[in-house]
Amino acid sequence: MYAFEFTRPQTVAAAVAALKGADAQALGGGQTLIPTLRQRLASPARLVSLAAIAEMRGVAAAGGVLTVGGGTTHAAVAREAAAPFPALARLAGRIGDPAVRSRGTIGGSLANNDPSACYPAAALAAAATIVTDRREIAVDDFFRGLFATALATGEIITRVRFPIPARAAYAKFLQPASRFALVGVFVAKSSAGVRVAVTGAAERGVFRWTAAETALAADFRPEAVKGLRMAAEGMIGDLHGSPEYRAHLVGVMTARAVAAA
Amino acid sequence: MPKDSGIGASVKRREDVRFLTGRGRYTDDINLRGQAHVAFLRANVAHGRLRGVDVAAAAAMPGVLRIFTGADFAAVGGLPCGWQVTGRDGQVMKEPRHPVLAAGKVRHVGDPIAAVVAETLEAARDAAEAIVADIEELPAVIDMRGALAAGAPLVHEEAGTNLCFDWGFVEDNRAATDAAIAAAPHVTTLDLVNNRLIPNAMEPRAAVGDYNPATGDSTLYTTSQNPHVIRLLMGAFVLGIPEHKLRVVAPDVGGGFGSKIFHYAEEAFVTFAARALNRPVKWTAQRSESALSDAHGRDHVTRIDLALDREGHFLAIRTRTLANMGAYLSTFAPSVPTYLHGTLMAGNYRTPLIHVGVQAVFTNTVPVDAYRGAGRPEATFQLERVIDKAARELGIDPVEIRRRNFIDRFPYQTPVAVAYDTGNYHATMDKLVAIADLAGFEGRRQASARKGLLRGLGVNCYIEACGIAPSHLVGQLGARAGLYESATVRVNATGGIVVMTGSHSHGQGHETTFPQVIADMIGIPESQVEIVHGDTANTPMGMGTYGSRSLAVGGSAMVRAAGKVIAKAKKIAAHLMEAAEGDITLRDGKFTVAGTDRSVDWGAVCLAAYVPHNYPLAELEPGLEETAFYDPANFTFPAGAYACEVEVDPETGRVVIDRFAAADDFGNVVNPMIVDGQVHGGIGQGIGQALCEGAVYDANGQLVTGSYMDYAMPRADDVPSYVVDHSCATPCTHNPLGVKGCGEAGAIGSPPTVVNAVIDALQRGGHRHVTHIDMPLSPARVWAAIRG
Ligand SMILES: Cc1cc2nc3c(=O)[nH]c(=O)nc-3n(C[C@H](O)[C@H](O)[C@H](O)COP(=O)(O)OP(=O)(O)OC[C@H]3O[C@@H](n4cnc5c(N)ncnc54)[C@H](O)[C@@H]3O)c2cc1C
Repeated sequence: MYAFEFTRPQTVAAAVAALKGADAQALGGGQTLIPTLRQRLASPARLVSLAAIAEMRGVAAAGGVLTVGGGTTHAAVAREAAAPFPALARLAGRIGDPAVRSRGTIGGSLANNDPSACYPAAALAAAATIVTDRREIAVDDFFRGLFATALATGEIITRVRFPIPARAAYAKFLQPASRFALVGVFVAKSSAGVRVAVTGAAERGVFRWTAAETALAADFRPEAVKGLRMAAEGMIGDLHGSPEYRAHLVGVMTARAVAAA
Repeated sequence: MPKDSGIGASVKRREDVRFLTGRGRYTDDINLRGQAHVAFLRANVAHGRLRGVDVAAAAAMPGVLRIFTGADFAAVGGLPCGWQVTGRDGQVMKEPRHPVLAAGKVRHVGDPIAAVVAETLEAARDAAEAIVADIEELPAVIDMRGALAAGAPLVHEEAGTNLCFDWGFVEDNRAATDAAIAAAPHVTTLDLVNNRLIPNAMEPRAAVGDYNPATGDSTLYTTSQNPHVIRLLMGAFVLGIPEHKLRVVAPDVGGGFGSKIFHYAEEAFVTFAARALNRPVKWTAQRSESALSDAHGRDHVTRIDLALDREGHFLAIRTRTLANMGAYLSTFAPSVPTYLHGTLMAGNYRTPLIHVGVQAVFTNTVPVDAYRGAGRPEATFQLERVIDKAARELGIDPVEIRRRNFIDRFPYQTPVAVAYDTGNYHATMDKLVAIADLAGFEGRRQASARKGLLRGLGVNCYIEACGIAPSHLVGQLGARAGLYESATVRVNATGGIVVMTGSHSHGQGHETTFPQVIADMIGIPESQVEIVHGDTANTPMGMGTYGSRSLAVGGSAMVRAAGKVIAKAKKIAAHLMEAAEGDITLRDGKFTVAGTDRSVDWGAVCLAAYVPHNYPLAELEPGLEETAFYDPANFTFPAGAYACEVEVDPETGRVVIDRFAAADDFGNVVNPMIVDGQVHGGIGQGIGQALCEGAVYDANGQLVTGSYMDYAMPRADDVPSYVVDHSCATPCTHNPLGVKGCGEAGAIGSPPTVVNAVIDALQRGGHRHVTHIDMPLSPARVWAAIRG
């Protein structure tokens, strides 16, 4: 790790101010950033911890919308979203291990937009709104490819608003080493229709599988997607699976998510 | 009723109190006054000519004490190899120099180029990044076949070839084996890979060097399985420090699995630098550094042919293996694919003709050496896989074909040099059939099928050779070390005992099991016996712990030393009771004159030995302390039968192990609970190899699996709850405890069990074209195999 300055503001406003300095970076749960620093792959001059900001924590359900503070840990979501939005709670409860879940946050996960991360699939499928210190971003405008988002430098995710779907489930096929998603599919059915979001599979990061959405809108059963084929083109190929394998798993996991929803 | 103390009792591990309460003392816990820290600059290319190393800017950075490069080590020795294999052509193996820091060339990603010693670790790392290494990258050889191709780039130009040696065993059987295979009614052939593994001990390697200018003594604290071996190798061959001026301490060590047997560059470096700088120097590996610098394991590519008659009797076995040595010869690397592998190719079976051919190959990868099982898992895997394939081809049940070929008379001389002293393979198979409930398999298979899952059953046997010995034989085979073990039994004046052993415990529980043996011999509580190990300053010269040898060899030395102590104590007791020595018996901590009620207890005799007021001083020296060195007459041969049931999800290729049963014959068992634990751990590692683990290099020699993001370690939910049994004991015939060794069995026996089960599942599921899948059987590989 290189040396850095460390601050731990109490409010979003103070954090935004602290992030204005050159080379300042927000620190959520540190489950991605700290390993990166330890490997000397990043060298921010200042880390601004969001951990002490009370207004960024907590889970609240009201009027069919689940609002999760940007600094809420995966463990808290797993616990507190269990009744209002069980699919999201289950997703959170299967991220990493207990230590990761007790530290890692939803804001950090969405801001990081790892192509294998779980939350992006939930946010995209549930048509969430990402609330920041300065604006609201519809999820369809938020993800911009691998590790890229619509966030400006120093912009903080303070809340995430999920319209609670009528039916939803997340099916995650584990990458054997990291246990991130080799392929993860979140399906959400609401009055607005069906949305299917796929993570882990594609080189461009999380995406919506519109062909499956159309089929499921007509018939929300696993059988409805059995005949669909995802093209291998654009899928990730690595040690843990070829593009063909991932494309195949998208179909399998979509059917399993529908069955579980 | 189960015993609660002594041999055969499941005594709880006393060392766990300190391990589980954070009171262990590992190498990284050692912080010496004035200690400086090291960061190594390691090669980031697999092969390159080192044109120069510019340390000027780095050396001027704050906190930097000194930067060392290969030039600093030109005058000292290279890291030695402890085993010299002679090839079929009578030529000794190629043994290129392995410098402490790279000189002239870098030969694998991770090869150390320079070392910065600084006041703090961060300062050392900062400076290491500022060193400019001028490397002319050369084409790398990664794949073994590529390395042997004509015109391939050479890892060591001075060797003139990448072939380290070409070994045949037993060479006299070569022609007869070929002829038997050519004439056989049925030959089953299998091409397979024994995947390269990264050891991943829980504690990364670490080393602290210290030098006392007042005495000229050097001390090395290191994560080692065998401190005496390190002292000898490093002192005599690398740094030129005589043993009496060098102390090596291996304190608590958090797992080794073989990877901490070897003498590593970092150990020599910190010892050398401490003397050069007159300050203690410390290094602790980062996890990613471990992957690039700990010796890897396995990495064999094999073709095996098994010739059978129509009834499934084995006629001949021929194997042709390429064994990866990596870029340099690690300490025991040449012995692994040869004498620890070829000698095991008979397995549990009568096969009249066996020929094993091994070509050892240099590549631009991390050195490969012994890893839990070392050669024996590779032998067992190919044999038990090819038997399974043969059984299927001939339509014979896999249990039945094995039974038909079992060795059932002992001693048995194999055609691959070793002689098994004892065993009962039918008994362990019978036990397995019962504990694995093989009869219930079909019902479970149908239940799985209703869930859309393919259930398969894998069964196999294994044999292991532990406690490699005797020294005069292994010397003829090329070992440059003896393979005895030592113990000193020191009795204190008030009767307590300290055993100083050359064995080293790094998870095996010696501190618990060794006292069980001593306590039984004398009849005193285990709490009166303490084990000291891991420090060359206070233990007799011993060879350390690996190859499941500690109880069989180290325990035997201890029994011998204790026997000498008891013999002397009897003389003292005879004197105290004015009786004839031959009439004295020792039981329950009491010496009794046979046929009388006269007795004297253990403590009184010990006191007399150290306060010799009433003592036969004319005939007997005072004191009660004896040392023994034990050189075994033969290997020991644990064996067993394993069964595994898997469920394969045909849609995803995912394999779940549902059941696993192990019936082992370890001879006599001192602590059944610890033996269970050793078997559990070994099977867990075997499952890791079979389903999860595999070190992968890309074509340029970059390690793709350099972190846990890509190197899949088995986790708790990858392994089932095991059923293990070791009641079928045929005691070893040639050591005093009748013990065989249990540390590696699980890792040797289990990989073929898992693979056999997966192939069985796919076959039963109608995927007849799948006869083999190379490990690890990741979901992607299984799915691809199903698709064909
Ligand atoms: C062993 C392990 C296993 C894991 N397994 C999974 C898994 O299965 N699935 C999965 O999805 N993830 C997994 N993760 C990642 C984990 O979920 C991380 O917690 C998450 O990706 C990052 O969240 P964080 O709060 O730790 O962010 P940090 O690491 O602190 O930060 C990550 C990035 O986000 C920025 N950031 C943090 N918070 C905010 C915010 N509120 N607003 C704006 N920017 C912010 C930081 O500046 C940084 O760039 C795993 C991690 C580990 C270590």
